[in-house]
Amino acid sequence: MVPLFSAEGLSSLLFIVIVMTTLLGAVIATHSERLIRAVAGLAIACIGVAGLYYYLHSPFVALMEMLIYVGAVCVTIVFAVMLADPNPEEDAAAGSIFTGPLSFALGIMVFWGLYAVSGKTSWVPPAARINDGSLEEVGKSLLTNYSMVFELISLVLLIAIIGSLVLARQGRTRTGGQS
Amino acid sequence: MSIPAFGDSLVTYLIIAALLFGIGFYGLVHRRTLIGMLIAGELILAGASINFMAFNRFLAPDPTVGQIFTLFIMGIAAAEAAIAMSIIIAVYRNYRSIDVDDVAELKG
Repeated sequence: MVPLFSAEGLSSLLFIVIVMTTLLGAVIATHSERLIRAVAGLAIACIGVAGLYYYLHSPFVALMEMLIYVGAVCVTIVFAVMLADPNPEEDAAAGSIFTGPLSFALGIMVFWGLYAVSGKTSWVPPAARINDGSLEEVGKSLLTNYSMVFELISLVLLIAIIGSLVLARQGRTRTGGQS
Repeated sequence: MSIPAFGDSLVTYLIIAALLFGIGFYGLVHRRTLIGMLIAGELILAGASINFMAFNRFLAPDPTVGQIFTLFIMGIAAAEAAIAMSIIIAVYRNYRSIDVDDVAELKG
């Protein structure tokens, strides 16, 4: 416990606010009727996750989370919503049993399993750190130890771009439009 | 007045990550449109990333590994979102719907 009106206390208060933001965004993302609001909830949750990364001493990954998730992934999903979903989702109770209370029970069970595992295990902190985990060290190991993976992910992204172009183009005739 | 310092313990982050994973799993089963399932999948990926970052901060001898893994998760998630969006648009063009119950025939 730390006093509230100090630097550590205000930082703890901000941490609680960030956690609440994350969970609220996640609940909005899974529960809203309209998909565009669900995307907004996902953006809020990602902003909260970026705050959590900041508290985990990685401002670089926090910035990347904001850039990639809020800036790219959410905008991509917004485009998908605009191109493909004119109607709000109908009542989930009209569907199968999976969309009702059973899905809620499944989510609770998954959470409870992970929570029990993380509570039961005794985590052993490392004896020594070989570096401080700063951005400079991340860059060094990204270009030495993990350079192969670094190249492979660029290949994955290239294939994803080409594949999404091919998939989105199928079914569209070449002479269909005016041009 | 005093306030507990939650931000300095590993178990806090593990609980948050488990909550995000559980909410995402719930949404993945609960949602009936493809876009909703994609959003829930992103939440699951976010929970896994928080786990990696928490272990990286508190337990890893080399604190760059978790950050790099999280960056790769973000790259894979971006690629997945692009592919899923084009699949959703292709499905919508063929079926005029993105409800998973309507997309129920296998013959292409």
